[in-house]
Amino acid sequence: MTYDADTLAQLRKDADEILGRYPVQRSALLPLLHLVQSVDGYVSPDGIAFCADAVDLTSAEVSAVATFYTQYKRRPNGEYQVGVCTTALCATMGGDEIWRQLSDKCGVGHDETTADGKISLERIECNAACDYAPVMMVNWEFFDNMTPDRALRVVDDILEGRDVKPTRGPNKVSTFKETERVLAGFEDGKVDEDQGVGEPTLVGLKVAREQGWKESK
Amino acid sequence: MTDLTPVLSATWDAEQSWKLSTYEEHGGYRALKKALGMDKADIIQAVKDSGLRGRGGAGFPTGMKWGFLPPDDGGPRYLVVNADESEPGTCKDIPTMLSAPQVLVEGVAITSYAIGCNHAFIYVRGEVTHVYRRLMQAVREAYDAGHLGKNIHGSGFDLDVTVHAGAGAYICGEETALLDSLEGRRGQPRLKPPFPAVAGLYARPTVVNNVESISSVPAIIDRGVEWFTSMGTERSKGMGLFSLSGHVERPGQYEAPLGITLRELLEMAGGMRGGKKLKFWTPGGSSTPIFTDEHLDTPLDYESVGAAGSMLGTRALQIFDETTCVVRVVTRWTEFYKHESCGKCTPCREGTFWLTQILKRVEGGQGVDADIQQLLDTCESILGRAFCALGDGATSCISSSIQYFREEFEQHITDGACPFDHSASALFEVTESTKATEEAHA
Amino acid sequence: MTSTADQATPAVVDTVSLTIDGSEVTVPKGTLIIRAAEQVGIDIPRFCDHPLLKPAGACRQCLVDVAAPDREGNVRPFPKPQASCTMTVMDGMIVNTQHSSETAAKAQEGVMELLLINHPLDCPVCDKGGECPLQNQAMSNGRPESRFIDVKRVFEKPLALSSEILLDRERCILCQRCTRFSKEIAGDAFIDLQNRGAMQQIGTFNEDVLEFDGYEPIGVAAEDESGRAFSSYFSGNTVQICPVGALTSASYRFRSRPFDLVSSPGISEHDSSGAALRTDHRRGKILRRLADNDPVVNEEWITDKDRFAFSWQNLNDRITRPLVRGDDGELHEASWPDALAAAAKGLRAAITGEDAQGAAVLPGGRLTMEDAYAYQKFARLVLDTNDVDIRTRTASDEEEAFLGSSVAATGLGVTFGDLEKAPAVLMAGFEPEDEGGIVFLRLRKALGRQQVFTVAPFLSRGAEKLDATLLSTAPGGEGKALAAVKGSTAASEALKEAGSVIIVGERLAGSPGAFTQALALAKRTGAKLVWIPRRAGERGAVEAGALPGLLPGGRAVSEASARDAVAKAWGVDALPGKQGRGAADIIAAAHQGKVDALIVGGVTPSDLTSNLSAALERTGFVLSLEVRRTEVAEYADVVLPVAPPSEKSGTFVNWEGRLRGFATALKTDAMSDHRVLDILARELGVTLNTATVGDVSQQLGALGAAATKHRPAAPKIDAPKVDAKPGEELILASWHLMVDEGALQDGEPYLAGTGRTAVARLSAKTADAVGVKDGLVTVSTQTGALELPVVITEMADGVVWVPAKSPGSWVAQELGVEPGARVMVKGGV
Ligand SMILES: Cc1cc2nc3c(=O)[nH]c(=O)nc-3n(C[C@H](O)[C@H](O)[C@H](O)COP(=O)(O)O)c2cc1C
Ligand code: SF4
Ligand code: FES
Repeated sequence: MTYDADTLAQLRKDADEILGRYPVQRSALLPLLHLVQSVDGYVSPDGIAFCADAVDLTSAEVSAVATFYTQYKRRPNGEYQVGVCTTALCATMGGDEIWRQLSDKCGVGHDETTADGKISLERIECNAACDYAPVMMVNWEFFDNMTPDRALRVVDDILEGRDVKPTRGPNKVSTFKETERVLAGFEDGKVDEDQGVGEPTLVGLKVAREQGWKESK
Repeated sequence: MTDLTPVLSATWDAEQSWKLSTYEEHGGYRALKKALGMDKADIIQAVKDSGLRGRGGAGFPTGMKWGFLPPDDGGPRYLVVNADESEPGTCKDIPTMLSAPQVLVEGVAITSYAIGCNHAFIYVRGEVTHVYRRLMQAVREAYDAGHLGKNIHGSGFDLDVTVHAGAGAYICGEETALLDSLEGRRGQPRLKPPFPAVAGLYARPTVVNNVESISSVPAIIDRGVEWFTSMGTERSKGMGLFSLSGHVERPGQYEAPLGITLRELLEMAGGMRGGKKLKFWTPGGSSTPIFTDEHLDTPLDYESVGAAGSMLGTRALQIFDETTCVVRVVTRWTEFYKHESCGKCTPCREGTFWLTQILKRVEGGQGVDADIQQLLDTCESILGRAFCALGDGATSCISSSIQYFREEFEQHITDGACPFDHSASALFEVTESTKATEEAHA
Repeated sequence: MTSTADQATPAVVDTVSLTIDGSEVTVPKGTLIIRAAEQVGIDIPRFCDHPLLKPAGACRQCLVDVAAPDREGNVRPFPKPQASCTMTVMDGMIVNTQHSSETAAKAQEGVMELLLINHPLDCPVCDKGGECPLQNQAMSNGRPESRFIDVKRVFEKPLALSSEILLDRERCILCQRCTRFSKEIAGDAFIDLQNRGAMQQIGTFNEDVLEFDGYEPIGVAAEDESGRAFSSYFSGNTVQICPVGALTSASYRFRSRPFDLVSSPGISEHDSSGAALRTDHRRGKILRRLADNDPVVNEEWITDKDRFAFSWQNLNDRITRPLVRGDDGELHEASWPDALAAAAKGLRAAITGEDAQGAAVLPGGRLTMEDAYAYQKFARLVLDTNDVDIRTRTASDEEEAFLGSSVAATGLGVTFGDLEKAPAVLMAGFEPEDEGGIVFLRLRKALGRQQVFTVAPFLSRGAEKLDATLLSTAPGGEGKALAAVKGSTAASEALKEAGSVIIVGERLAGSPGAFTQALALAKRTGAKLVWIPRRAGERGAVEAGALPGLLPGGRAVSEASARDAVAKAWGVDALPGKQGRGAADIIAAAHQGKVDALIVGGVTPSDLTSNLSAALERTGFVLSLEVRRTEVAEYADVVLPVAPPSEKSGTFVNWEGRLRGFATALKTDAMSDHRVLDILARELGVTLNTATVGDVSQQLGALGAAATKHRPAAPKIDAPKVDAKPGEELILASWHLMVDEGALQDGEPYLAGTGRTAVARLSAKTADAVGVKDGLVTVSTQTGALELPVVITEMADGVVWVPAKSPGSWVAQELGVEPGARVMVKGGV
């Protein structure tokens, strides 16, 4: 492994905390791979070795897991992972168009990263936000009800170094690495930053309130 | 007209609805305290009597599932909450956890107590950072308030809860694949038997339940079986979240008793977008055979939807109007299944690979006459022969769409092109290039 | 042979009766449908199913139609066809396979069609062509024409998973037999499924194949310690069980087609397990070896050495004609009569006449029982000496007493089946993965159900895979370590459970008192004791009496009445009564010019710490019986060619005491040692009566086992305390890794490539004391030195471990000492 001593020490410390959450050490592997991405920006071969060591597996077993899941990247990821949902419903509602325009704008295709390392574009699958279609995710934060213009603005902001704010999520999208640290199970204090719940989430409740409907009794 | 019945969603419009304090102001954790004073068997019986059926898609009676656990042998047993929500169209658990995660945590505590579990897991899909934040906070707040941890409210009951993020794999919603994934493996489904109730997580007795199922438990305990059974139909009890998406005026979450119809829901949602005509819809996500306007009045309960040839699934109502090309939508869904097939079994791995290629050709105007039959034959080679239900699900949209819209498939083949203008189904203007080609999905 | 667990009547088992394709069948409860069908001769096609692997249900080829009674007893059909390889039978079940059910037939055809859409259909150039389940199945059940008109998945051509194992991903049908074997059976998870869905494939962690971006060579965890990705001693089994031609071996690739091959059954010559194998040959040339199915011994597995190491007998140093040293000092080919005459002359001179110092015999440990018998009989009848010893390795008198008293003529004792069933196993001086691969696999089969303890300086990788508990000791301290297993120690308690087994390896001979203590431990705990030597010929030679103090059947040379019994059977007046010398003493005497003639069998001088070559040089007359022209030939006066195992018949007695007879695979002119010795004896006027295997077995049968009073006494030797301290002078620990530079592995570069890299192991504390952290260390004695990379290992302090005969680590030859000796260790070179 080529991690410097400090990085390695921090990794080990974090890994211990992760291992502590589970009764069986192998369960820590998914969060550990997220952790590796929070340091390297992808699952590096070093990271594979680190995980193999941490949970006592062969590298083949670790890569077997790492290559099964789409969130684990094999090449250094951009600072921002921009995913456009192009599964059936979002695609129909305009996701395809958004994708095409973003791809043109960034000059990269699926799972590719802009030359400046800012953005990795990805066609993503349904992200459980169909009522907000078309949906885009930036570092796995929701950008709901996208239009090509709005999507392009987000990308412009990223490319020009401005913060971007999701529709449901914190005030500002964290970097890919920061996000991966959250996904490894380390809280980042941004949990309360947004102040409400999205419109479609509340639409039924609103109708019920208007109609004075309550669940029985 | 059926009324909506907000129970799980009742607090979602409150200020900081996700905080423990908000939840407690609205009666949160009353049920846990009540449950801790109850006999475990009585809790299980109450859930059995409520008729609550799993909200994760298959609709298996929840209380009965708990009852399958073997008698306590002194070793650990686990509760695993399935929060992987990845089925196309399904978008109910994510808003639940984002808006009111405490109801799930309380449900976890009650369920764990009832089944004798001291370590529960919430497996949430990895692609929803903010949801994961909310869950981590919810668990932390619950620990701090003594709703979790050691000797909960002096009952002698200990419970740890670990929130675990997945990493992008639809198959991990399948309960045994989820368990493998939670054990740090590739998320591939396991052989059954043994069922999770007997040998699940770490080969110990395990209950796997959907977020909404577990979230429904506190209300059942708090307000009683009768209250719950007063909602719904004869065999499909209680309320559930109906998620409307697509070409409707006001897509979103509508919590209603089971048995409500799409016609009723559409009315509440302001009707079809721009007054267009409904063409087809899924009653329960992309894995359930599609419906058409024939089915507007089919009661959305397990039995009626089943009788009409589909499945209630997750009540993920994806609605497409007359501007939509069904071949295009089905092609995309099929690409999804190909992308998400775990690869373990031949029918699903190879079958989705083949189906995708045929569909893409047909959609792109390169179809041949034999293709429609080949699609049906290949679906037949998958349906009921794959290792798990993912393979079955992949065939639903194809067989059902050919059943209802065969001419549209034929037209693509005879015209050598897609007859639809994709702009019309999008929410905004679509350029020529997007209309003309369908880019491959990796 | 006495009754054993293997032959005992099975306990009454619950059975279930069901109907398969109309036939009634009754099978034990828990049987899988696919096996039940086999029993009535109904073959259900399958790919992922393998009887020795856990069910996977992955390929879906074995689908059948099933109906079973519900709780009320009404037989209800399952709505979907079921995988017969994963479903167990039920009373009253009705199964209809493809033969009687349209649904099943259709389901199977559907799966077959799907399996073939992405298959390259390159059968004409595939190694598996002609013996390929997929090909056969496609021919009998597949569609004549493919309906697939789209684009096939393509992968780059074969990937080398190791130097020996190649993977053709296009042919792979992802049945996972290979990965399941590697994980479940061998415990070497170096390969696994990679990627997902349609792109799923078998593989190692290969950055290029999986398109990982690396910035530096990866660290230790990425590979096994050998630095190789798929380095398993059992990897060849994956090739054999692959149901398509996806996994092939580098050594056999493109060499032949199955229909050109002739197959002969055989027994492996590589270790004492007696694994059943199949030799495939064509026109007198062995092309490959496969595992044969022998449920009581090796099941369906063999080691890579068993499988791949067979070239040694056909290298260009093979001797086919006798050689006699001429007046010019060179060896010349000679006729058999001339060579025999020369041999007889040389031997006669050594044993007759006033100052004749006599002759001695070093047969080597790799012989059949018949050969060993002939050597010892030759020594005793023709040469009138007990100076015969097959143990060209570490040996001791204590060991001989142990072998004579507790091993020889004890029949079938502990079996493979017993090992599998044992609740606890303690091993001392034995590393199953390296020194008895099949034993390792059997023990591993019991993983989770069995406690394993190992008396060793550290937990080897093999021991780790058995989840063994280390009873740490420096070499030489095994006796004390065994003595400490008493009272309420975990090992002692475990061994008291009925059926527990103590395994002692031949290396204990280097540890005074260890055999004595092993016997005492067995007595104390009631555990069964078994000796598992490394070489294939050891146990047979013990039975045959090819030891200086031991006659056939476990009779002690020192017992006059025992000698008389044998003499009578052999039709002679008396046998030599003088205690014979062991191999080391014989060589030492020869070194001093005190032996006039030596007969040397299959002995490799570099395996010995004593300088055999120098001894041979000083010996008046040297007769070598050899397959190949080895170093011994350089000093031999007469060399008589003998047959390698594949060209002869005979019997290996495996460590269980099981007779593993085998017939000639390749018919050649080559004669076995026992036959050559028979002729030579005749030349010397003695009837040895060992011309055929039948002659020998008749004699051994007639002799039978020794009466108790004829047996040597059990050893009683004190175990010393070993003082191992970190410092410059350390105690040497060593054993042979399975894949190394042993003589029988010559000529197999692909196999050699899978061997583990030679390293020197030190504990952290010892390394500190020596002042090394990483890099190379030098291990030396007055004789020579080894330079090896150091690996810090959790192990006994004051000890250095090196492999016995791996590349760069020929311990016996270079250091001239045996394990337990003191050696100098320092950092750097
Ligand atoms: C391919 C596939 C994906 C699934 N995805 C989910 C999911 O995301 N969430 C879920 O709760 N159940 C999902 N299920 C259903 C689960 O296997 C399981 O039935 C459910 O979690 C049980 O919970 P319940 O009884 O509370 O519904 C999926 C099933 C399949 C076959
Ligand atoms: S149907 Fe087969 S390949 Fe598909 S997800 Fe299930 S097991 Fe995996
Ligand atoms: S042999 Fe039964 S599924 Fe493969």
